[in-house]
Amino acid sequence: MTPPDYEYLRKLLRDHSGLDLSADKQYLIESRLLPLSRKAGLSGISELVQKMKGGSASIVTQVVEAMTTNETFFFRDKTPFDHFRASIMPEILAARAGRKSIRIWCAAGSTGQEPYSLAMCLKEMGATLAGWRTEIIATDLSQEVLEKSKAGIYSQFEVQRGLPIQMLVKYFKQTGEFWQINADIRAMVQHRQLNLLHDFSQLGTFDVIFCRNVLIYFDQDTKINIFNRLARITEADGFLVLGAAETVVGLTDVFRPYPERRGLYRPNSSRASPSNMPATGAGPKVAAMSGR
Amino acid sequence: MKTCLVVDDSSVIRKIARRILEEMNFHIIEAEDGEKALEICKRELPEAILLDWNMPVMDGYEFLRSLRQLPDGDRPKVVFCTTENGMDHIARALDAGANEYIMKPFDKDIVAAKFQEVGLIQLAEPV
Repeated sequence: MTPPDYEYLRKLLRDHSGLDLSADKQYLIESRLLPLSRKAGLSGISELVQKMKGGSASIVTQVVEAMTTNETFFFRDKTPFDHFRASIMPEILAARAGRKSIRIWCAAGSTGQEPYSLAMCLKEMGATLAGWRTEIIATDLSQEVLEKSKAGIYSQFEVQRGLPIQMLVKYFKQTGEFWQINADIRAMVQHRQLNLLHDFSQLGTFDVIFCRNVLIYFDQDTKINIFNRLARITEADGFLVLGAAETVVGLTDVFRPYPERRGLYRPNSSRASPSNMPATGAGPKVAAMSGR
Repeated sequence: MKTCLVVDDSSVIRKIARRILEEMNFHIIEAEDGEKALEICKRELPEAILLDWNMPVMDGYEFLRSLRQLPDGDRPKVVFCTTENGMDHIARALDAGANEYIMKPFDKDIVAAKFQEVGLIQLAEPV
């Protein structure tokens, strides 16, 4: 890949998705885009770049999706789901005993493993949640991965990483070489396409937001902007769950770490005033941000 | 150091499993069928058993049923590792006392995930 091609792709990805690649990520672009160029019948990344410069919107969409799709698997990293069961849910159950309603947002739902893991956690709680209304909203930038999530069909390899065998037996049906998550679990998750850089206030407020392994790709200003807007739609006694390599510390005080629960945050009672937050879409950088 | 008994009639699979599990700091013992594995377990129970299903002399399912009847035979964590990838086989294995189930082909990540699931190892948290 030539340096001008790399710079073109860096700028394009920043403008379309907010993905902030440092100057040494050529290998990442090659590993993601060479298969795409082959699939499109092109000779390599240079020809791919030429197509984009020629105005092919379809290629641009495919490039952005290929670069922003992250690895995911059921109960990824385990600890956040331990926190969900042992810390988050007991507090939510106590706090919402009156209205018996829980809203959860998976902000980078990808191909469904995370929202369905949460759905299985809720299902495992059985009678404890009888009479409760539970909503899990899974959003992603990519329509392609959302379609896969909706179908809930996974390869043998995908169901073996993180998913306990008892849960495979209990919540999946085997269809040939693939495994489909049962309809009742699929029905617990609503899917919506969403760019994290655009206004997401229309989603309403949430008791729990999982926003894991997506903000690491954004520059600092973008992260701060998203944190501020996440804080506005997190219930005052709600929770934010970040990936292991992500933190709010040093960026913003709208969330504070939950003691001794790595990756878990709660809104600060003295929230940042909306007037301190950039309006969604204001300024070139903010307008360029996107979700995954 | 924990001991893992690898039971498989394929020397190639035993070799791959040995390499993966030694990296995870297990001491490895090998057996090529269920009968030999049972003899080993009667002498000394390992902490973990990675178990094939289809083997000559005694298959993995029969081995597991016999193992669970030994004194303290419920102690080893048994992880099936087999090409028998149907739901019916998985359900039978769990009924017989299997702790986890790997569908071949497998790789290091899958073995590590399953061994963590049954508490044999603790994977480092991502940073």
